[in-house]
Amino acid sequence: MIAIIDYGVGNLFSLKSSFESIGADVCVTDSEDKIRSADKIILPGVGAFSDAIDKLSSTGLDRVLVDEAKKGKPVMGICLGMQMLFEKSYEYGEYNGLGLLRGEVVPMENSIPDDLKIPQIGWNALHFVRKDCPLFKYINDGDYVYFVHSYYADKCDESLAATTEYGKELTAAVAYENVYGCQFHPEKSGKVGLNILRAFNEL
Amino acid sequence: MITKRIIPCLDVKDGRVVKGVNFLGLADVSSPVKLAEFYSECGADELVFYDITASAEGRKLFTDILTEVASKIFVPLTVGGGINTVDDFDRVLKCGADKVSVNSGAIRNPELVREAARKYGDQCVVLSADVKRVDGEFRVFAKGGREDTGMEAISWIKRCVSMGAGEVVLNSIDTDGVKKGFDIEMLDAVCNAVNVPVIASGGAGCIDDFVKLFKTLPKVDAGLAASIFHFGEVSIGELKNELKNNGITVRI
Repeated sequence: MIAIIDYGVGNLFSLKSSFESIGADVCVTDSEDKIRSADKIILPGVGAFSDAIDKLSSTGLDRVLVDEAKKGKPVMGICLGMQMLFEKSYEYGEYNGLGLLRGEVVPMENSIPDDLKIPQIGWNALHFVRKDCPLFKYINDGDYVYFVHSYYADKCDESLAATTEYGKELTAAVAYENVYGCQFHPEKSGKVGLNILRAFNEL
Repeated sequence: MITKRIIPCLDVKDGRVVKGVNFLGLADVSSPVKLAEFYSECGADELVFYDITASAEGRKLFTDILTEVASKIFVPLTVGGGINTVDDFDRVLKCGADKVSVNSGAIRNPELVREAARKYGDQCVVLSADVKRVDGEFRVFAKGGREDTGMEAISWIKRCVSMGAGEVVLNSIDTDGVKKGFDIEMLDAVCNAVNVPVIASGGAGCIDDFVKLFKTLPKVDAGLAASIFHFGEVSIGELKNELKNNGITVRI
């Protein structure tokens, strides 16, 4: 069973449907027991970093997630959920993340050329940094996935698995031991996205 | 590099796609789910659904359909039509929409853009503007292009973007339905005024119109069309190949 953590941010309908469409056993839950008994955990997220991390902490599920990840359970963060796995974010201030991955989340503003629009919204290509990353089992270097973001993970060499070019190479996917993350939305990235979820489901 | 997006648009009334759709080999051409699947297979980068229903029953049918589409099609879905309140945003987002497009609802109450952006994020709010030349200026029209609001379009669009609209669909009434190409002049004016993605709509008649659009205006992010896709005059697969041959980055 894959548990998608429901902590009151964003819409989890598509994420749940996308896992169902590949035949995965999945639930959307805010129950500590269910998350603890699940085989794998998904941390979703949209909106602002500080709101999301506050909401997650207020449910106490941040502790549960970190606990389970440290026990070796596969965990994947998606979009803001991925950003929350890092040590820190500089979105409208400075906030601590979950610290499961080394690195920090920084704004694209002033770090990419001015003529590029922020947020990056649309389909962009994945450039594999580690082609043996288990998430890439069913996809190819250069495949397109759908991004919506204004911030990106930096100083994360240890986990960097793929980048995407938007003025510079931005972190697109990360993997370190049992902790995974996608900056893009696999649940909105057509067959390529479903193939990433399939690979995660098979871990 | 980020790709240019190709977006088919479907009008839905009482749960069925209207405005003649004519595909060979597609048995149920008015089923939004079947069409969405078809377009998604063809390489559509995103789908737009406009609910043109007036009744409450029709609205319910629409959200049922949307739920079914979102449980089967995994590309971004934008929904518009009858979006007048934050509750309307909530209603369609719960059914699996990713973005919500506002038009007349924002004209009646511009604060809707701000409230929705605050609640769901800028990326969720798409401003759809129907624009026509009147007395030498670009004028915003409401009610499906029937009513002149008297507002100058560029300042209206800038105002909505400053309140949180994360994308703009510019539909030129002047070129809509003429099939002689997108309204390059109007699009250029909008692209120069805002720094959010601009989606061109109205006027596409053939593949070359898309090539010209993206070659002339590299700032335009996406091209939207309805009937030329529905009637098979332009196939999305061929269109994307041709764009690629012209050096335009697309997802194939």
